[in-house]
Amino acid sequence: MKMLFYPGCSMQRTARPYLDSLMAIRETIGLELEEVADWNCCGATEYMSVHRVPALALVGRNLAIASRQAEGTDTLTAGCSACYLNLAKTDQQMREDPRLAAKVNDALHAGGLSYAAGSLKVRHLLDVVCNDVGYEAVQAKVVRPLHGLRLAPYYGCQVVRPDPDSRWDDREHPTAMDRLLRALGADVVDYPLKTQCCGGHMTVIGPDVAYGLIRRLVHGAATAGADAIVTLCPMCQLNLDAYQIEMNKHYGTSYAIPVLYFTQLMGLAFGKAPAELGIGKEFVPAAPALSRISDRPPAAEAAKKKRRPRAADGLPMPRMG
Amino acid sequence: MSAVPSPSAADRAPECSAFLREVMDATPGDSRLNMCIQCGTCGGSCPAGPEMDHTPRRLFAMIRSGLRDAVLRSNTPWYCVSCYFCTVRCPQQIHITDVMYTLKGMAIGAQLYRDNSPPDFSQTFVDYVEHYGRSFELGLATRFSLRHHPLSLASMAPMGLGMLRRGRMELVPHRIEGMAQLTRILDRAKALEATP
Ligand code: SF4
Ligand code: SF4
Ligand code: SF4
Ligand code: SF4
Repeated sequence: MKMLFYPGCSMQRTARPYLDSLMAIRETIGLELEEVADWNCCGATEYMSVHRVPALALVGRNLAIASRQAEGTDTLTAGCSACYLNLAKTDQQMREDPRLAAKVNDALHAGGLSYAAGSLKVRHLLDVVCNDVGYEAVQAKVVRPLHGLRLAPYYGCQVVRPDPDSRWDDREHPTAMDRLLRALGADVVDYPLKTQCCGGHMTVIGPDVAYGLIRRLVHGAATAGADAIVTLCPMCQLNLDAYQIEMNKHYGTSYAIPVLYFTQLMGLAFGKAPAELGIGKEFVPAAPALSRISDRPPAAEAAKKKRRPRAADGLPMPRMG
Repeated sequence: MSAVPSPSAADRAPECSAFLREVMDATPGDSRLNMCIQCGTCGGSCPAGPEMDHTPRRLFAMIRSGLRDAVLRSNTPWYCVSCYFCTVRCPQQIHITDVMYTLKGMAIGAQLYRDNSPPDFSQTFVDYVEHYGRSFELGLATRFSLRHHPLSLASMAPMGLGMLRRGRMELVPHRIEGMAQLTRILDRAKALEATP
């Protein structure tokens, strides 16, 4: 399956393990990724705050180059939430506002480029893995199931919201990554905070606000009994991992929940070596959690959820059977 | 009962304060901001709500009342982290997050903000993109922190070193090959932004 790929600045640096693990698994799942040539930064959530038309033209350059490159595919995929949303929203705003699209194209012409709104399908990497590659195809490649590993799937905000092209089952309680992790053999814990915000750029401009949000997410995962949090975004990973240490200092707490990318867990289940997947480069070490992976599947008995025995003095309930 | 036609943008326009119209015109597409029913769902959904000096709901009432200065001076748009909770929950489908972006841009244009650190962060980011075509965390973090919280820089140093040791940060920014092309595009876009 061929598609165009926009790595984004973070994947090349702070989120290098995300890129490395993606590269390590792409052949296994049959993804052929062609990098957008000489792409530029998409401006994150910052450029839009300063200039509007230039912010769209900035992203427009990437769309224009990608569409010129597109051969045998019209899908453009990105792994970073902000990159994905900027690409998808620029395309959407150009589709919905022809006057604005004309301005963006006028600017692009100054660089010898143009982009016809709607000609590319912008998709997040998780969407491609779950819906194009598919859960069964992923499961078929699992050689080392992640039995015994309890994972909290964390989607963050911008992949599932505002969801300009309606790609997800739910914008507050999505389940795609849950299913993917189960296909890898892992235990997925109930994590109601899965799409709550991690604070985005507040870690830099207003750390106190961000620490509160990070604590809630980490505490939620700890309470749910998770061994690790699984993420799909470089910024979420940075905020929950590196800033988990700062947050601990701030509150005098000692949480230690590692934060891994879903691609790293796929790699492990496919039998790749941790080092090849960038595991070990996280701030909160993942090794203790990963040592929980057991060779044997959970016993059939234990796997079936036992019903909690009803207390003798509980409310009278209708009995089945 | 005969169907009430949904008012077109032009019909609704007379009730708008000039400032409300200005905000709507500056937001891509139809933000529907004039349709706010003041239900408060946005404020109740906002993770940064408690730190904001006005909730989004209150800010929108202020916009409708034409309180331009007070709105553009507010920290609300700057504390917005673009989580889009309000946007997907708003019963009137108002593009709240997009409006926050518009307000940030207007506040920068009018030089009306009380705390200059968030706009400065955005501007520092933009500067790197305009020079290199890529962002540059190390430069961004140090340049921003030196100016705004020099004390925190020392406490954050271990994280920076940790990044370097893990091969997760570079010491020099990468420059794209098409920098001249990108500059031409952005210059033209800025000229277009200035014209209505
Ligand atoms: S949003 Fe972040 S990761 Fe994406 S291109 Fe911009 S700076 Fe890089
Ligand atoms: S969870 Fe955080 S980093 Fe991820 S998209 Fe939301 S604000 Fe951005
Ligand atoms: S949720 Fe929508 S309608 Fe309700 S107060 Fe906020 S903007 Fe207005
Ligand atoms: S998008 Fe901004 S205003 Fe809306 S809920 Fe999130 S932080 Fe608050």
